[in-house]
Amino acid sequence: MTSIDVSLREVALALVLVALAAGVSLWRRAELEKDLGVAVLRSFLQLTAVGYVIQAVFDSDSLWVVVGLLSAMVALGTFTARGRARAVPGALLALGLALSTAAAVTLGLVLALGVFEPEPRYLVPVGGMVIGNAMTAAAVALNRLADEMSSSARQIEAALALGATARQATSGLVTRSLRSAMIPLVDQTKTTGLITFPGIMVGMLLAGADPIDAVRLQLVILWILLGSVALASLIATSLGLRGFFTQAHQLREPPSP
Amino acid sequence: MDLVVDEGVTGLLGASGSGKSSLLRLLCRLADPDEGVVRFRGTDVCRLDPLELRRRACLVPQLPAPVEGTVAENVAYGPGLRGARVDVARLLEHAGLDASFADRRPARLSVGEQQRVMLARALALEPEVLLLDEPTAALDESSRGGVERTLAQLAAEGRASMVLVTHERAQADRLADRVITVSNGRVSG
Repeated sequence: MTSIDVSLREVALALVLVALAAGVSLWRRAELEKDLGVAVLRSFLQLTAVGYVIQAVFDSDSLWVVVGLLSAMVALGTFTARGRARAVPGALLALGLALSTAAAVTLGLVLALGVFEPEPRYLVPVGGMVIGNAMTAAAVALNRLADEMSSSARQIEAALALGATARQATSGLVTRSLRSAMIPLVDQTKTTGLITFPGIMVGMLLAGADPIDAVRLQLVILWILLGSVALASLIATSLGLRGFFTQAHQLREPPSP
Repeated sequence: MDLVVDEGVTGLLGASGSGKSSLLRLLCRLADPDEGVVRFRGTDVCRLDPLELRRRACLVPQLPAPVEGTVAENVAYGPGLRGARVDVARLLEHAGLDASFADRRPARLSVGEQQRVMLARALALEPEVLLLDEPTAALDESSRGGVERTLAQLAAEGRASMVLVTHERAQADRLADRVITVSNGRVSG
């Protein structure tokens, strides 16, 4: 595979398109110019910093450093996802366990199956994608769970009053929360190649890889992500649900009269 | 509050916000008291299995709260949680509805009919006590009369003791063997 070099001047030239976006915002009075500026600056700083960090990790060639980096990603992802799940009691623990388990199980499995070699250059990018997608899915799942718990509180308490356990009383809404977290990636997987070219494949093609190799790697990644997203959503909703109930199968926040 | 609820029909009378509904939720342990003890047949409810307690002392909510599915699935819900089956037509009849309602969706029924489905659903558990939280509060005049007649019939048949929360003195007098007045979380008469 050949590598491509992108100079800072070429990166700067891409700002022309950002100027176009700012122009659209100004013209339609969308008031997004400041946000665009912040987005450009943050993306530049964050990605540049991450680039140096990844370079250092690759140079170290140490699996412990990889584990440390992925752990930091899990921690950051957990706090970020909690912002979308503040209405879920104990969301931090649920998200932390969901993300770390999804990352550990998924990466452990692909290593055990021999899909990737246990090297930083595979584990860091794949781990980052697994954690990122797991974070989004777990946040969506808990956000939906909180909404469903709030809107269905009367029905849930009525089911509890008939002797249902907390899990029995909420089985339908937990399923809906899980579905809402998984559907975006399932749909993306269904339409991949038809409507959008996924990022890894694009990156490999730009770097000069054989298209069939690019496709195969993309398939591996997409299918890995399906598993990790399902696992993260399942753990997040299962643990998140517990926070809404006491040990005696009572709603902590009773429905309003 | 020091309160003993006997067999038969006990009316809990009081204004909105007086603590009547909270009392019902304590009786079936959908909530726990900050202090004090609630006993069911002499046993502290905190020492009983809450799920078993709720099957023995079953709450019928103020507003119908059907689970997903048909009327029949709602009626069979409680026993179905433990794998038991029920005679839906017979239970609907006890609640004042005929068997033709079984395959209908609760959301398509009037509020009065839905409330009868809630009654049939509670009766399916064969509870020792029915905890009725203002069961006619959301109903119009004619539906209210129908549900009251059904409750009176159930009481006459002795199917279960009842604790009836209401803010209507006349309703309490019509249906209850004894009436307890609750005010600001206290028994006042």
